[in-house]
Amino acid sequence: MGAEQILGLFTGLAFGFLLQKGRVLRFDKQVGAMLLKDMTIFKFMLSAILVGMVGILVLSEMSVISLSHKPMNVGAILIGGALFGAGWAVMGFCPGTALGALGEGRWHAVFAIAGMITGAGLYAELYPFLKETVLAWQDFGKIGLPEVLGLPAWCLVLAFLVVVPAIFVWFEKKSL
Amino acid sequence: MNTVNGNNSWSPYLAGALVGVLAILSVLATTHLLGKTSFLGASTTFVRAAGLLFQVVDPEYVATNAYYVKEKVRVDWQFMLVIGIFLGALFASLTDKSFRLESVPPTWEERFGASVWKRAIAAFFGGIVAMVGARLADGCPSGHGLSGMMQLSVSSFVALAMFFGVGVLVAHFVYRR
Repeated sequence: MGAEQILGLFTGLAFGFLLQKGRVLRFDKQVGAMLLKDMTIFKFMLSAILVGMVGILVLSEMSVISLSHKPMNVGAILIGGALFGAGWAVMGFCPGTALGALGEGRWHAVFAIAGMITGAGLYAELYPFLKETVLAWQDFGKIGLPEVLGLPAWCLVLAFLVVVPAIFVWFEKKSL
Repeated sequence: MNTVNGNNSWSPYLAGALVGVLAILSVLATTHLLGKTSFLGASTTFVRAAGLLFQVVDPEYVATNAYYVKEKVRVDWQFMLVIGIFLGALFASLTDKSFRLESVPPTWEERFGASVWKRAIAAFFGGIVAMVGARLADGCPSGHGLSGMMQLSVSSFVALAMFFGVGVLVAHFVYRR
C-alpha cells in the first residue's frame, strides 16, 4: 500500500465511523426517508453539506483547491438519477452505506453489494452503446450554480446557511 | 453521548457536521499529499471491483473495454476509502454495542415477511438498477449528494432531486400497503 491507499483507508475509517454513529447506514433509515417518515439521513447529509460547503468555498476562493464539478449531461443525469432512485428504494442502501451496513452486522447488505458490482459490470458492457446515445444527447459540461445564476458563490452559501437550519427546525417540530 | 436515537448514537446533526469537516480535511490532504484533489465518493469503486473480478475470467475483455480503460481498474484511494467505511462502521458498532447480525431489515420484514431469499433477490436486482443509474449519472449520494452539493454543482442538484424524487415514488409503491 502506498500513501494514496493509506490515506484513503484512514479517510474511510473516519467516514464509516461517523456514518455509523449518526445511524444513517440502516435500511430502515434510508427507506424511512423515502417514505417521508424519518429524516435522519437528511439531517446528517444537510449538516455535512453545510459545513463542507463553507470550507470548500473558502479553499477554492483562496485557490488552494480547484473545484471538480461532474458534467451536467442532461440524459445521463435525468435517466441515471431516476434509475438510481428506483434501485435505491428497493435495495435500501446506497453504494457507500451498503459497505457500512455490512460493517455493523447487517449482513443482508451483501446481496445489495453483489447486485451493485454486477450492475457496474453491466454498465461497462453498455458503455459503448450509451456513449453513442444517452451520453451524446446534450452535455452542458462541468458547470456550477453560481455561474448559471450569475450570483457569487458566497451569496448562495449564505442562502443555504439560512434555509437549511429552517428546514431542521421544521423537521424537529414535525418529529421527522 | 446519548441523544435522539438512544444508546450511544450521536445526533445526526453532529455526526453529519463532522463529515463536513472530514470532507474539507480530505480535500486538503489529497491535494497536498497526493497532488490531486479527490472528493469523497463511492460508486466508481464498484466499477473497479467488477473489473478486478472479471480480470480473473477474461483479462483481455477488461483490458480493452472502454469503460474499464477510462476508470482504470486498480485499488486506488477511493477503493480503500470504501473498505475503510466497512471497517469504521464495524469498529463503531462493536465499541458502542449496536452491532447486530440481521438477515432481513425490520421495515422489509413488516411488508414482505422474513424470507431471506425474497430480500436477497430484491436487493440484488435493486443493486443492479441503482448502480447502472449511478454510473450513468456519474455519482451516488456521496459523490453527488455530498461532494457535488458542497461545490454547488448544477448536475448534483438535479441528480439528488432525481434520486430522491423517484426514490419517494418507488418506495411508496413498494412499501405502502
